[in-house]
Amino acid sequence: MPMTISEKILAAHCGRSHVTPGDLIEARLDFVFANDITAPMSIRVFNEAGGERVFDPERVAMIPDHFVPNKDIQSAMQAKELRDFAVAQQLPHYFEVGRMGIEHVLLPEQGLVLPGDVIIGADSHTCTYGALGAFATGVGSTDLGAALVTGKTWFRVPESIRFVYQGERGAWIGGKDLILYTIGRIGVDGARYKAMEFTGPVIDRLPMSDRFTMSNMAIEAGAKVGIIAPDAITEAYVKERAKRLYTFHRSDADAVYEAVHTWDISGLEPQVACPHLPENVRGVSELRNIRIDQAVIGSCTNGRIEDLRIAASILKGHKVAPHVRCIVIPGTPKVCREALAEGLYQIFMDAEAVISTPSCGPCLGGYMGILAEGERAVSTTNRNFVGRMGHVQSEVYLASPAVAAASAVAGRIAHPDDVSAT
Amino acid sequence: MSIRGKTWKFGNDVDTDVIIPARYLNTSDPEELARHCMEDADPDFTRKVKPGDIILAGKNFGCGSSREHAPIAIQGARIGLVIAESFARIFYRNAFNIGLPILESAQAAAEIREGDELEVDIETGVIVDHTTQKRYQAKAIPPFMRELLTAGGLVPYVRRQHQQKGGR
Repeated sequence: MPMTISEKILAAHCGRSHVTPGDLIEARLDFVFANDITAPMSIRVFNEAGGERVFDPERVAMIPDHFVPNKDIQSAMQAKELRDFAVAQQLPHYFEVGRMGIEHVLLPEQGLVLPGDVIIGADSHTCTYGALGAFATGVGSTDLGAALVTGKTWFRVPESIRFVYQGERGAWIGGKDLILYTIGRIGVDGARYKAMEFTGPVIDRLPMSDRFTMSNMAIEAGAKVGIIAPDAITEAYVKERAKRLYTFHRSDADAVYEAVHTWDISGLEPQVACPHLPENVRGVSELRNIRIDQAVIGSCTNGRIEDLRIAASILKGHKVAPHVRCIVIPGTPKVCREALAEGLYQIFMDAEAVISTPSCGPCLGGYMGILAEGERAVSTTNRNFVGRMGHVQSEVYLASPAVAAASAVAGRIAHPDDVSAT
Repeated sequence: MSIRGKTWKFGNDVDTDVIIPARYLNTSDPEELARHCMEDADPDFTRKVKPGDIILAGKNFGCGSSREHAPIAIQGARIGLVIAESFARIFYRNAFNIGLPILESAQAAAEIREGDELEVDIETGVIVDHTTQKRYQAKAIPPFMRELLTAGGLVPYVRRQHQQKGGR
């Protein structure tokens, strides 16, 4: 029986030769983790469920990244709960400030999540690791707490939707534009409960960082996973990082899909999602007159070194517009180091952008760049819901690092060419 | 289990940032979370609702973040049930895991008006609108989810399994 990559991974984790969409299975988990917002509740569940030791300390991570470095006393108390639990359980993968990065940038970078894995995290953007060819999905704190005890969780095997990207990527077009375009086409519930599978010649040539960006936002179409079959690009990324063995799976040529979307993306212009849903996607040229107050470059979606390089290439030799705050948030300490070594910090500071420590920060309206009433941001983050980055009357436009950097300079939503040309 | 209450109606794609904004996620205390439930959609919501009232919404209710604080805030606000055309995946799991009853019915979500008085049988999925005298049949709760509800949520379910396997 032919299977998709998602079905093959799930079958391999429940001791079966074959699974079919709709099957309810109990899967063995390769890695589980939580952050400073979701872990305190998970730890309570772990205790209530009778947990004494986590199922395997090597396969558990606790990552305080949302409101850390602690933004207030209550956040400090939550971060302390993680720390105390990590100490009590002797967890090797607890990441203290200084070693901490945004979880979905950090875990792949550290080689802790790998191709062929089944992974759950108490964070909706856990689907990021689909880019490695893993079945990775976000869960709530109770599911995570139970998994800390058992090392297992139940899944309904999802139907798969295949996306085939054909043509040539134009200048400035990256993973962010491809995924925004996709969400714009199918809507915020277009893949609800489904596995999205990204394929085609454009994906075959897409760098790892862009793949992470695409898989990261699969949840914004309601999907359970956004998976990409591992290949030589994946191999080059994981071979020097992997802390465990890993497995490459591929969909069978005759695997069954609920739907197949084939799009030629030649000529696609940079994409922007307008308030207040990630599906409100338009080409950047339609939005050029929209004045902004803030640009955010970072997050689990676009906080990798490649993203900062693109932003720096546009900011170099320019200044952020006088009325704009441009906030750059490298995803991990390693990204910070690389950015520093490559002179990107100098470029950002010369442009009068500010550089933050790694944190989720403003993406979810935590801190480090909250919007006032009536303010508008262009952001490389993943959600533009009402009040997401601050005041209920503020607005977020989602875009690539190239568009965010160009907009920071222009003081309005701008095409990267608008700035490079000056 | 039967629930009777007044409906509060919301639209499509109600996201978890609206259900409980992240600025309040520096706590997981249900009472504190409940105070801010649906605040960005309706600042007076928690002052208006009465225990057992019912949230009615369109498609994709609970989309966005995995925060379990969202169903907990709804439960903490003493909402007895959420009826929607459809639910986002993680919210759906979370609701069953913590024991917040939810039902899917496109027809009920479309036709029932705000303020209508409903009586709902969770087991059978029968929704009676006492204001209009109409009846609706929600989708059946899948057997495994029903098992979770019967066990009292995922925690007791796991505790029982863990004990059966020799853990203490």
